[in-house]
Amino acid sequence: MQKRSILMFSLNKVWAGYAVSILLLLTAFTLGVTVGSVRVPVMEMLSIFAGAFSNREALDPMFSSIVLDIRFPRVILAALVGASLAIAGASFQGLLKNPLADPYTLGVSSGASVGAVATIFLGLTIPGLGSFTLPVISILAALLTLIIVLGFARMVEKSMKMETIILTGIIFSSFLGSILSLMIALTGDELRQIINWLLGSVSMRGWEYIRLIAPFFVIGALLLIWNARELNAMAFGEERAQHLGVNVQRRKFVVLASGSLLTGAAVAVSGTIGFVGLVVPHMVRMLTGSDHRHVLPLSILNGASLLILCDLVARTIVAPTELPIGVITALIGAPVFGLILIQKRKERRG
Amino acid sequence: MLKASKISGGYGEKNVVKNVSFELQKQEILGILGPNGSGKTTLMKMISGLLPCRSGDVSFKDQPLKSYSAKQLAREIAVLPQLHSHAFDYTVRETVSMGRYPHQKGMFAPWTAQDEKAVKEAMKQTGVLEFEGKSIQDLSGGERQRVFLAQALAQEPKLLLLDEPTNHLDLSYQKQLLDLLKEWTETHELTVISIFHDLNIASLYCDRLLLLHNGETVQLAEPGHVMNKETVERVYQARVHTQSHPELPKPQVTLLPNHGQGMPSEITKDHFTITADHIHVTAPQSLKTLSSAVIGAGLGWYHHFVNRHVPMDYECDDSYEDMKMYASKNGWNAADTVGMMTAVLVEDVVIREYEENGLSVVIAVTAGVGNSVDVSLSHERDREATIGTINSWIFINGKLSDEAFIQAMMTATEAKVKALQNADVKDPLTGTLATGTSTDSAMVAATQHGPFVQYAGSITPLGKLIGKGIVECTTEAIKIYRKRKGIS
Repeated sequence: MQKRSILMFSLNKVWAGYAVSILLLLTAFTLGVTVGSVRVPVMEMLSIFAGAFSNREALDPMFSSIVLDIRFPRVILAALVGASLAIAGASFQGLLKNPLADPYTLGVSSGASVGAVATIFLGLTIPGLGSFTLPVISILAALLTLIIVLGFARMVEKSMKMETIILTGIIFSSFLGSILSLMIALTGDELRQIINWLLGSVSMRGWEYIRLIAPFFVIGALLLIWNARELNAMAFGEERAQHLGVNVQRRKFVVLASGSLLTGAAVAVSGTIGFVGLVVPHMVRMLTGSDHRHVLPLSILNGASLLILCDLVARTIVAPTELPIGVITALIGAPVFGLILIQKRKERRG
Repeated sequence: MLKASKISGGYGEKNVVKNVSFELQKQEILGILGPNGSGKTTLMKMISGLLPCRSGDVSFKDQPLKSYSAKQLAREIAVLPQLHSHAFDYTVRETVSMGRYPHQKGMFAPWTAQDEKAVKEAMKQTGVLEFEGKSIQDLSGGERQRVFLAQALAQEPKLLLLDEPTNHLDLSYQKQLLDLLKEWTETHELTVISIFHDLNIASLYCDRLLLLHNGETVQLAEPGHVMNKETVERVYQARVHTQSHPELPKPQVTLLPNHGQGMPSEITKDHFTITADHIHVTAPQSLKTLSSAVIGAGLGWYHHFVNRHVPMDYECDDSYEDMKMYASKNGWNAADTVGMMTAVLVEDVVIREYEENGLSVVIAVTAGVGNSVDVSLSHERDREATIGTINSWIFINGKLSDEAFIQAMMTATEAKVKALQNADVKDPLTGTLATGTSTDSAMVAATQHGPFVQYAGSITPLGKLIGKGIVECTTEAIKIYRKRKGIS
């Protein structure tokens, strides 16, 4: 009887996780849309959404403009970026058996930034891609960085210990950071804007940016969730996964490419926002266990919530000045990073 | 089923495995043995498809291993690796369930009744069902090993590859695990290849052994052929002795350490103490002993030797337990004691020393011939005899081979018969010459130091000492016995 209840409990824990996450996302969404320099009543928000598809004219023009043209796209963009980074982080961690891996600590975000900045300031356009040039180059830069970082880490140490990978990520981050600084110095004038962009922001991006990230988010997230069981197997090591029947080479590439896809697209629309991919999966695992079939969807939900809330804090805490959102995520993320490190050290010693 | 033909391979430039060939029989257990660095694990990786062969090839069910996809292969072959650390926490059930991966099709494969059954059975068989909800990080090394075995079994493989499966397991779980595998070879048509560190365990459970040395095959045969002293000593560079297993025709290897028992010391008459109810010897070191005593019988190493006097009407349902208690009461560890019983008064014992050419023996005999028997006519007897015993002890200051122990027994028995003839002891029932009594006991104990004695037949130096000594001591003991009984 007791065994049964343990099982039921762990299953219940997962469903409770989904329930709490959805509730949190709805709350974050509501707060994100209603709170700000102009407070929009919740009922007003609901009626705006209800009316948006029928007769916009009947609504209060100020509220509906704030909600539909400014806050709603901003919240959606924050949600998509947060979700992308969180699920990318969760999959990198599973693949590399490394709880400290995320797009930021691996240097992938920096790589994508270099790609994005180069595109913006060199005015690159790939024929036929149009405005999608920006995310596509970011994604390619992200993937390239990831492959180089992992290749380098493997060269340093074949077993690719947790610290080695992160150290390599940091080395590449600083190197790519210098390239960014160099580009900024060369372009001169728009310094402040570019630094703001680098620290990450989802403000004033509008629907255009959502259109840029959405397709990559859908493809990347589906590919990763499709590989959830393979990630479970690979969390026990590539050899073990191979013995369990996973086509490790192919699956590894799919996961790395999807992670880069999500990171690159997120960076292209919002700059580098660190630690979301670290904090969210860590919390999710603590609550519901390590099964990637649940960790990945839950990371999407909570990554979205976290970034909506962080954005809310960023734009309200020292209003009317807006803080870069990356400042808020780093304030939360860096201590969590430290905690995980200590925890893992202890486990290894114990 | 699995066939490796002349495979070579490794990691760096050098081949770790060189030209190894074997063909697995269905349902057999093949053990891979070899010293550290002999290429066992590398060979295992090559036959599991993880490491490509540089030359030669591996085929499974007559198809090249390379022609199988990872998933197809995982439905046929499961691997239990050596333990490693995990970054994330999975429950036991989640871990075992991953073994069903190769059987599940598509992205959102439903969890079928077959999946559930395989996982349940694997967990039950390995004894991890009781903590299915626990996190694997909270388990001990041995428990975790069993969880991963369950994962491998949940794959329902035809071939199971194991790398030192008994690592981290205590004796009882080693036995359980290997008994389980043996059982599965029959009930689930499982075939097993396993790396072993422990030669004796491999010998007990494997049908065949593959002994590797520097990546090359030394021998591939039944344990009886592989586990011979010369081969094991050459490959492992260690002094060993092989002996038979008490229950199975499987050889066992024992290390012969460089240290001995300490300063050898000879057994003399001075070691005997005689009290009212026993004759006792505590040897300065353990002696290798062959005897038909009440406790400490058979071949073994013993420290204390006692011949206990019991009354004529001694009747004990369990003389074995009684004797053990008697030893303990006197302060001798019963497990370390050879104990005999006699109705003869122990003060009538005859103890003599014999020596020739550096070989010395001490012989002690107590004799009561009230119940003498002519063995050639003993089939005519129909009732249980009363007590009456000749107990002969032979202590030898020398190093005896196993055959010398047996020959010493034979020589002593022949000598006893002769002594009875000389003394004209008759079987009271038949009136013919007696060959012994109904409850005689004998013991040969050797220090295993000093001169080496290969044989102890009647005309060998030791045989001569035993023959002379037993005849003399037995004759004298019978004389004393008769005097005490008032017979002449």
